[in-house]
Amino acid sequence: MAVCIAVIAKENYPLYIRSVPTQNELKFHYTVHTSLDVVEEKISAVGKSLGDQRELYLGLLYPTEDYKVYGYVTNSKVKFVIVVDSSNTSLRDNEIRSMFRKLHNSFTDVMCNPFHTPGNPIQSKAFDEVVSGMLAQST
Amino acid sequence: MESLTLSDVEQKYYSDLFVYCDTDNTKKVASYGRVLDLFRAAQLPSEVVIQITELCGATRLGHFGRSQFYIALKLIAIAQSGLPLRVESLNSVKDLPLPRFVVGKNEAEARHVALYQDPDSQGLYPASAAALIPRPPGRGHPNKKVPPSASAHPLHEAVQPTAPSVETQQAEPTSPVVSPHQSPPSSPPSWRKHKRQHSGGNADRQPVAAPTGVVWTQFREQQTAPVSGDGLWSSHSPPLPGQESWVSFTADTPPSSTVPGAHPSSVQESTTIRTTMAPAAAAATTTEVQRQSSGYDDPWKITDEQRQYYINQFKTIQPDLTGFIPGSAAKEFFTKSKLPILELSHIWELSDFDKDGALTLDEFCAAFHLVVARKNGYDLPEKLPESLMPKLIDLDDSAEVPEPTADVGFSASPAEVTPNKSPSMPSLNQAWPEMNQSNEQWETFSERSSSSQTLTQFDSNIAPADPDTAIVHPVPIRMTPSKIHMQEMELKRTSSDHNHPTSPILAKPPEVSEEVKLPVPATMKFVPANAVGDGYSSSDSFTSDQEPVARQRSQSGASPEALKVVAPPPPPPRPHPSHSRSSSLDMNRNFAAASAAGQPQPAAIAFPPAVPPRPLPTQSSVPHAGQRAEAEGATGAGAPLTTTSPQQIPQQPNFADFSHFQAFAASEQPSSLPEVDKHSDPGQGDKSSDGAGPLRTVKSDGQADERTTTAGHSTKGSSGPLAPPPKPIRRRLKSEDELRPEDEQHGPQKSNIIAAAMATQPSIPRSVGKDKKAIQASIRRNKETNTVLARLNSELQQQLKDLLEERISLEVQLEQLRPFSHL
Repeated sequence: MAVCIAVIAKENYPLYIRSVPTQNELKFHYTVHTSLDVVEEKISAVGKSLGDQRELYLGLLYPTEDYKVYGYVTNSKVKFVIVVDSSNTSLRDNEIRSMFRKLHNSFTDVMCNPFHTPGNPIQSKAFDEVVSGMLAQST
Repeated sequence: MESLTLSDVEQKYYSDLFVYCDTDNTKKVASYGRVLDLFRAAQLPSEVVIQITELCGATRLGHFGRSQFYIALKLIAIAQSGLPLRVESLNSVKDLPLPRFVVGKNEAEARHVALYQDPDSQGLYPASAAALIPRPPGRGHPNKKVPPSASAHPLHEAVQPTAPSVETQQAEPTSPVVSPHQSPPSSPPSWRKHKRQHSGGNADRQPVAAPTGVVWTQFREQQTAPVSGDGLWSSHSPPLPGQESWVSFTADTPPSSTVPGAHPSSVQESTTIRTTMAPAAAAATTTEVQRQSSGYDDPWKITDEQRQYYINQFKTIQPDLTGFIPGSAAKEFFTKSKLPILELSHIWELSDFDKDGALTLDEFCAAFHLVVARKNGYDLPEKLPESLMPKLIDLDDSAEVPEPTADVGFSASPAEVTPNKSPSMPSLNQAWPEMNQSNEQWETFSERSSSSQTLTQFDSNIAPADPDTAIVHPVPIRMTPSKIHMQEMELKRTSSDHNHPTSPILAKPPEVSEEVKLPVPATMKFVPANAVGDGYSSSDSFTSDQEPVARQRSQSGASPEALKVVAPPPPPPRPHPSHSRSSSLDMNRNFAAASAAGQPQPAAIAFPPAVPPRPLPTQSSVPHAGQRAEAEGATGAGAPLTTTSPQQIPQQPNFADFSHFQAFAASEQPSSLPEVDKHSDPGQGDKSSDGAGPLRTVKSDGQADERTTTAGHSTKGSSGPLAPPPKPIRRRLKSEDELRPEDEQHGPQKSNIIAAAMATQPSIPRSVGKDKKAIQASIRRNKETNTVLARLNSELQQQLKDLLEERISLEVQLEQLRPFSHL
């Protein structure tokens, strides 16, 4: 049920951002951008073992009236942000986690590609397909 | 430019060619495109072509005049003969064979063939294309396939009929010829690449060019044949889909240049390619024989020659054929093909089947094949074609691919689950490992199916996989109720699987007893701190049991789960969602067994005065009451438990029975322990467990106290449902003291109960020795419980927020709809 999925690099610039085509997509971009602050905050808060996957998943970053933003950070400080529409039945936490897991796997596959330079925007069809699957499953 | 002297044959040939290239009919300048195509068809390395172009002066002039053209042709002939390109040689070389041009199979070929062929016969290509057959063999490249000449003839025949269509043929050949022109970049690179690779072979190439022609001829022949004897020339389209794929990088000429992209045209290309490949193959694989278009039907199939070539290439990078080529090496290699990085990236994605960042031989062949195809203009497929799937380890790969991916995906889940469990159940981990493994597998499946729901379904003994419980899990809910649950679980399990449930539980009888505070006489004692730990785990397991049960019972999905976490134990008798007391029954059974067997374990299982840990919200109050009763009874010996349990079974009604229980407990305190356990059993799933909690406390501490608590509990019982089952109280078995502290600490949410418990606690005598450990354990547990509760609370808050939001949105929608109705 995601309406927007974004992959942010360690330096906080977007590697990949895609939304469900609607008018005002820029709003999602803005939301993702502002959510980075929350992500940073959570990252710094989590001081304990960073290897625990549970900590990779940041959970709900903040809800707004229309949607909710979830965050996930990898060990290399690459962040995934998912914006979901709250008007639909709320997704269960484990569903969001599984979405992040899938994203992370796809992202790993992209990184494994020797033709992809980390830090470049992601242009992988497989990754696109995974993201489309997630965007499409919602509305 | 030197003046060029041409023999008559040459003169004629060249003029024909010039006319061919002179598309604009200027008689003066040959169409640049055509010229280039022609040169490509000469199957010379592009460098040579460039050199020739320069030498003949076309570069200087910027166009191919007739003289330049002729010079160029002569140079081509020289080059094809393997002689160095020199302007001087233009005139000095004698007996130079006519330049040979290989064109895709189509009319162009025919044309060239004709050109080739027939120096004598005026087979002007235009008219005699049909009549002419490329007959390289005639050219004096003897070693090559002699037979081809023979075979060439049939082709020749075939070609004849198409004579009329020569023009069209010309046009067609042009297209492939032209296309390379359009996409020169691709060809040279590939070609160049080969050059690099076969630097040594380059020299051979030119000589090979000759044979190439032969080969090519053969190729064509064979192609034609399969092509259904179609006048090859005329048909270009069909056929060689199979051949298409055969694009050898080794092609000296940029065969790939013909890249129309459309398949029909690509067929043409393929023929060209094939021809080029032929030479390449000849050069590279030494297989001069024509490859019959293998796999006509499968455009992606790799022919043997191709494969051999790929294997050779693989060897240059990685001598061990069973080894891997690391990503960086592969990147360099394929970058040489000059394809755009994006496409290379896509090719990589397709071919790296196991996603390990390295290429096995099969993967490499697939990748190479895709590159070749791409260079020839074939669009990259979205998915790896069947024939390119890694074959060497096919099954393994296919098996492995999902696994690794699944495992990757899942590694998290087991990790998720495990951490949850570990804190809570250090000891339980013994039992967990297997469950974890199964969970992992399970999760793998569920993940594969992209259904997180499956996790929840996976209720193996301890629904560890249950994501909902994940949050809840860490709770070491050691409360008595959990013990009760544990026992219940065990009982249930025992029916199904004795090992599991019982093992953890049995392993922790002591703990269980601790927590459960089962009055079990013999077993009551245990309680070492470890036991507590174990108890935790067992309680966790119970918790997990409870969770599913709770879920079933609770109306609100989330909260019960959360509560479950918090309310560890109330062993929600899964099988009897409605019966919190069923646990008591179990308990009874256990208890009886325990008492009968006099074994600690059973006793533990029997749930020492089951003080249902805080009653889950969803739990009915009845069990609560039942628990209370048990608690009350627990104070006494185990016997009472049995009695209480039946009472507890009916959940709701029991509620009212508190009074009974109270009295009962009071009276039975001495033997109430077991009863309490029973209480806790029913109470496990029951919110009323908080009542049980206090009850338990009562039990442990002292009869009087218990009574008090019981009384308090009974009142609480009603309120029980709301509070998570009081945790600790269970530990009666261990010692009353322990129980007391537990009770104090766990302090179920019901403050009342807690108060009651507190009240009882002081009165509970403490045996110092064991108690200390028990106390510490209980303290720990209480803290954990607190954390769990806190978390539960926050989650509930969030849920509440969500619900409110939903509500608001719904209201808004309603508002929006309303006006319409008004309208």
